[in-house]
Amino acid sequence: MAEIASLSAAVADLVRDGDVVALEGFTHLIPVAAGHEIIRQRRRELTLVRMTPDIVYDQLIGAGCARKLIFSWGGNPGVGSLHRFRDAVQHGWPVPLEIEEHSHAGMANRYVAGASGLPFAVLRGYVGTDLPNVTDTIKPITCPFTGETLTAVPAINPDVAIVHAQRADRAGNVQMWGLVGVQKEAVLAARRSLVTVEEVVDELEPVPGGMVLPSWAVDRVAEVPGGAHPSYAQGYSERDNAYYAAWDTISRDRDEFERWVERVRSGEVVRAS
Amino acid sequence: MSTYTADEMMSVAAARALSGGQRCFVGIGLPSTAANLARRTHAPDLVLIYESGALGSKPDWLPASIGDGILAETADAVIGVPEVFNYWLQPGRIDVGFLGAAQLDKFGNINTTVIGDDYANPKVRLPGAGGAPEIAANCHEVYVVVRQSKRSFVDQVDFVTSYGHGRGNGERERLGLRGAGPTLVITDLGVFRPDPDTHELVLTAVHPGVTVEQVREATGWELRVADELATTPTPTSDELAALRALKEASSS
Repeated sequence: MAEIASLSAAVADLVRDGDVVALEGFTHLIPVAAGHEIIRQRRRELTLVRMTPDIVYDQLIGAGCARKLIFSWGGNPGVGSLHRFRDAVQHGWPVPLEIEEHSHAGMANRYVAGASGLPFAVLRGYVGTDLPNVTDTIKPITCPFTGETLTAVPAINPDVAIVHAQRADRAGNVQMWGLVGVQKEAVLAARRSLVTVEEVVDELEPVPGGMVLPSWAVDRVAEVPGGAHPSYAQGYSERDNAYYAAWDTISRDRDEFERWVERVRSGEVVRAS
Repeated sequence: MSTYTADEMMSVAAARALSGGQRCFVGIGLPSTAANLARRTHAPDLVLIYESGALGSKPDWLPASIGDGILAETADAVIGVPEVFNYWLQPGRIDVGFLGAAQLDKFGNINTTVIGDDYANPKVRLPGAGGAPEIAANCHEVYVVVRQSKRSFVDQVDFVTSYGHGRGNGERERLGLRGAGPTLVITDLGVFRPDPDTHELVLTAVHPGVTVEQVREATGWELRVADELATTPTPTSDELAALRALKEASSS
């Protein structure tokens, strides 16, 4: 059963140095506050997994929390590059970053395999591209029924998955709606899981298109209103597009970024605007 | 006649390539601008599919990201990301994949991964693949919209992120890819289509006021020009008004 905890206690309990950690949320419901808490608790040597490492992973990478990144698209959506990610890949700053690079279809299927208790997934993907030449977790496989050559990718089973959702009840059942990305797959694929929510309520009212993760499939729930900012939680907040643009300036310069990290570590509420 | 920019001409030309009822997998940025313009002008029935899980979105402004709330709120269906790729894209349910590119080569291969010859020590690290490799493989055909320069329009991409026509001459069929690959490339200077036999991109139209020499100057390979070179019709005032209204709504 999910235990309702504070964000700091949940991160302290679940996230350890050297872990494989997946923060998911596809533009929507990104657990940014949890990422800040990992920076605050100075976790090191993490293998970070995420389809779209955007601002939150730029922050974790720049703060030196990661040794490896497994991903499929690393940019600042609608703005441009991730400067901390680029600095780590191109110059090894603040520490070298190993990368394992996939496509979205490959990453989504890796989570599905992880959630399904399978060692790998099969897809029609990557054919003709240079990705299999640089990523050793992409292999051809022959269909035993038709003889057709397809592509196999291994399951992802993170040590910890962290996602954000709209709400949970007091028993720890989690409810989310809107664009749900690979949140469910990431939680079910992971050994341990944390869901940050906008609010904890007495009763979960049904929502059209809503999805429920039962309490027994989640380890910790932490109430963190606005915990997805500058991403958003449909029904609670809007995407803060100005913050994404402002992040470009903060992240471009190492000194300015380090001042930002100090503000996170000191517990100041960080807003770019 | 109102004046317009080269970028506006590109968006209008790209929008005109789409027709009503088509199902279009839309990349963010230039493709999304063009697809939404098409839906607001001549192709109101165009079905826009965003990889975030929005099928049939009808946004009133241009989303800043692939997963803005407006895409989900106006969609016919909202689904998870594995479903987007496995159930909708992979079996060939999407007509047109509409992509951008950091680098595009003369056979329509796309690079959005690294600039430079050494993947491990890139000159420039780009965002990476996203959904594009499988969009390029599994849509019935692919349209690419890209600002053209010698840097972006190269003889051979540094890294094949999304496969176009390989090195040409039917390589795509030999690999067993089911979609036709890039059939149309729209830039701020003109329009290119692959030669039916060699699959090399050939200049088939220039935008008004653009010379072949200008296109040649912005092409990183020995440019081939179609025997019957067309000139793109000038943007209409309706097209420009719709484009500017979309952009205006996005920035407000």
